[in-house]
Amino acid sequence: MTSIGARTAIIAGVVLLSALVFPLYWMIAASVTPESRLFESPSLLPRPLSFEHYRALFAERDFLIPVRNSLVVASMTTVVTVPIAALCAYAVARLRFRGRGVLLALMLAVSMFPQISIVPPLYLMLRELNLLDTFPGLVLPYVTFSAPLAVWLLTAFFRQLSPELEEAAMLDGASRVRALWDVVLPLAAPGVATAAILTFLYCWNEFLFALSFTLGPDRYTVPVAVTLFRGRYQVPWGQVLAATVVATVPVALLVLTCQRRIIAGLTAGASKG
Amino acid sequence: MAAIRLEGVAKTYPGGHVAVRDIDLAIDDGECLVLVGPSGCGKSTLLRLIAGLETPTAGRMLIGGSDVTLLPPQARDLAMVFQSYALYPHMSVRENLAYGLKVRRVDRATASVRVAEVAEALGITDVLDRRPAALSGGQRQRVALGRAMVRQPRAFLLDEPLSNLDPALRAQARAELRRLHGRLAATIVYVTHDQEEAMTLGGRVAVMRTGAIEQVAPPLEVYTTPANTFVARFIGAPPMNLLPAALVGVGAPPGAVAGIRPQDVALGAADGLRATVELVEPRGHDHLVHLRLDAVGAPPVLATIAAAAVPLVGAGTFVTIPHARLHVFDGATGFRLA
Amino acid sequence: MSRLPVTVAIADARLGRWLVAPALVFVLLGSLVPVAATAWEALHGHDLRLPWLGRPFVGLGNFVEAAQDARFTSALVHTITFAVVTVPVELALGLALALIMHAAVRGRALVRLAALLPWAVPTVVAALVWRFMFEAQAGVITAPLRALGVVGESFDWFVRPLAAWVPIGIADIWKTTPFVAILLLAGLQGIDPTLHEAARMDGARTWRRFTTITLPLLRPAIVVAAAFRMLDALRLFDLAYVMTGGGPGTATESLSLYAFIALMQRLRFGYGSALSVTVFLLTFAFALIWVRALGRSLIGERT
Repeated sequence: MTSIGARTAIIAGVVLLSALVFPLYWMIAASVTPESRLFESPSLLPRPLSFEHYRALFAERDFLIPVRNSLVVASMTTVVTVPIAALCAYAVARLRFRGRGVLLALMLAVSMFPQISIVPPLYLMLRELNLLDTFPGLVLPYVTFSAPLAVWLLTAFFRQLSPELEEAAMLDGASRVRALWDVVLPLAAPGVATAAILTFLYCWNEFLFALSFTLGPDRYTVPVAVTLFRGRYQVPWGQVLAATVVATVPVALLVLTCQRRIIAGLTAGASKG
Repeated sequence: MAAIRLEGVAKTYPGGHVAVRDIDLAIDDGECLVLVGPSGCGKSTLLRLIAGLETPTAGRMLIGGSDVTLLPPQARDLAMVFQSYALYPHMSVRENLAYGLKVRRVDRATASVRVAEVAEALGITDVLDRRPAALSGGQRQRVALGRAMVRQPRAFLLDEPLSNLDPALRAQARAELRRLHGRLAATIVYVTHDQEEAMTLGGRVAVMRTGAIEQVAPPLEVYTTPANTFVARFIGAPPMNLLPAALVGVGAPPGAVAGIRPQDVALGAADGLRATVELVEPRGHDHLVHLRLDAVGAPPVLATIAAAAVPLVGAGTFVTIPHARLHVFDGATGFRLA
Repeated sequence: MSRLPVTVAIADARLGRWLVAPALVFVLLGSLVPVAATAWEALHGHDLRLPWLGRPFVGLGNFVEAAQDARFTSALVHTITFAVVTVPVELALGLALALIMHAAVRGRALVRLAALLPWAVPTVVAALVWRFMFEAQAGVITAPLRALGVVGESFDWFVRPLAAWVPIGIADIWKTTPFVAILLLAGLQGIDPTLHEAARMDGARTWRRFTTITLPLLRPAIVVAAAFRMLDALRLFDLAYVMTGGGPGTATESLSLYAFIALMQRLRFGYGSALSVTVFLLTFAFALIWVRALGRSLIGERT
């Protein structure tokens, strides 16, 4: 590439990346701007800083509850999804059994379902089982919709592991299951971690099921709680944005610490052959 | 140690690909048998069949006299050294060596004694607490070997264990393996694509091609008396020259093919066949001379000539093919006639 | 030669079935069964607010009603238009971003971070933040546009039926372009750099190399990204619900949103189920066309 080309690329890059980051910066800046000055002519650096919105968020609106709810549901889902996806992925990657291709295609198809088409019967079923507005009631659809991605990701991961390691273990006398435990799982830690991160992110961000299957502020997850702020008269933008910042913090932390893993996981799961 | 017998073993994959066809092979207790052949000949598949990592589609296998055809690899009491060594990356060398014993519930005292002995024998005692990633290629190879030895199995299966080593290390490792075999009196099945390795290591050599064994015999016999043209050209470097027998002037059925090794070809004698020197490749101790016989339609001939006596490129010379060193093969089947 | 029973293979297959079972059960119970149940529900009249009317079988009655429902047809049009407009933009911008990420040698971590955050952020956050930025009074986007005279004094994006789609579209593009970029980046990294080197030695300039080497080799990744994005766009819900609630009126109602409203707000489960089924059919039809048009390139892994 000529140096002119390189320069335009850098400029274009900076523009694009700024466009990507700017809304988030703006969100943070607005959340520490006093309400009265939120809609004055916008300036890039808010002055004076005010944490009033955050205080109101937690003191008056009990925002800690939705945060707790999201954490619980996301953790429960991850704890269920990752192990069953790992076992399934191992079987798909290593063992030959009939219907293997169908299974993968099925997983793919399920991840393409419109979520709304699951809502009616699930709503009725959860209502029957008294699981509406409960944690398990959300975990069920969450596991269903996060499992396919986890399976795809972990299958690609297991395929990369050399099968000779398990063969060596088997010749050493270990059964398939024992080889899985002693040799495969310790080496699967990175893939499992990535699957866990992506599953957690999915649950934290999910909206439609949470909106449909929770009934009251006691069980709202963060996305739902933030949306239902829309007040009766005016939208309390300061608090809303403070809430969005709170909703973004765990995500940002995860991305900051695990970005390489996340990208590797996304591309492994998405590359098809 | 145990003897291994294969009777009519064959493996056809679901897609129709025949990897191994109708193999009969008897390996004596304590023998080192080398499976050698070009890639795709089925030698690795055969090794994996013996290991139990693949199941044959026909035939049966016996180890130490008992039928193991349906036994899983865990139950066969064999040890395998993989081409990639397959060391457990998350375990230390010590744990790698001890794994097989741990799985078979050998008590810790006995296990640590055996591990120490094997480490000593292979010279890897001072890396026992390191992880495989921290080892050199040569060290890893020895750990792989050690892992097999610790188990004191009925037989060793080695899948191209030297091909990942630097050429310099390879010769040294080869010698060590020979010494080890002598000391352990172990039954070894060894797979390689390098015919020179096969010749130096094997008590017997089995030359394979497209799933079948072309010849099984001690190295010298395979070299001096190849059973067909494939073996004749595969064993020995540079490869044997194959010429129409009529050209060479030896009494043979029509269409027969005569073979002469480059080392046996002599140049210069006036009663030889007329030829022109096309190319000379100096190899230090000797030279590889590419010749074109004057006879119409004759194939090129390779000769290895001592450095002193090498002719010039483009020069005419005479090629002597001593009938005593000739191999004669049937023109159609390639089988040996004399 | 007789065929032998393959016990090792049989044991493996049995283990395989056990290992796969839990995930399969969840997926079947959690999605296939409900979808079938929704389809069944769609054939009934079921209004939760009128329980005394029971749940009579109405055959395709709900679908007939939908076909005659202007709100349904406009929701369908909205959804398809939205998908058809945003996906190409996301692909183009995503490709540009991927090329930049690929070329960036210094500050690669920063670039990755900047690209990942929009994707990772909850959609409702994106919706709220962009809504805020487009707000009538002094939203950071509207104000400069007003100052520049591009829009009128009292311009409010969210009260105009067509204009209301702009914030939604932009929010969607902002959020999903990084995802496309990451998929394409993986494809870019898979292209052998020696191909470009050989082309340069043959005298090919940057643009030519791009069109004759990069683009063709990137085609599988582009196809995958386009398919994923298209499917997501057809399922549009979060952004529409949070940013505009479907308004003004029903101008920004997507199919999923309309189905949701029918189900959870008007509690017409039979009709709402029928609407859900149409969303399903829409995505299914798209997937079918896609797979048919591109053969095996989607499900390319041999098992």
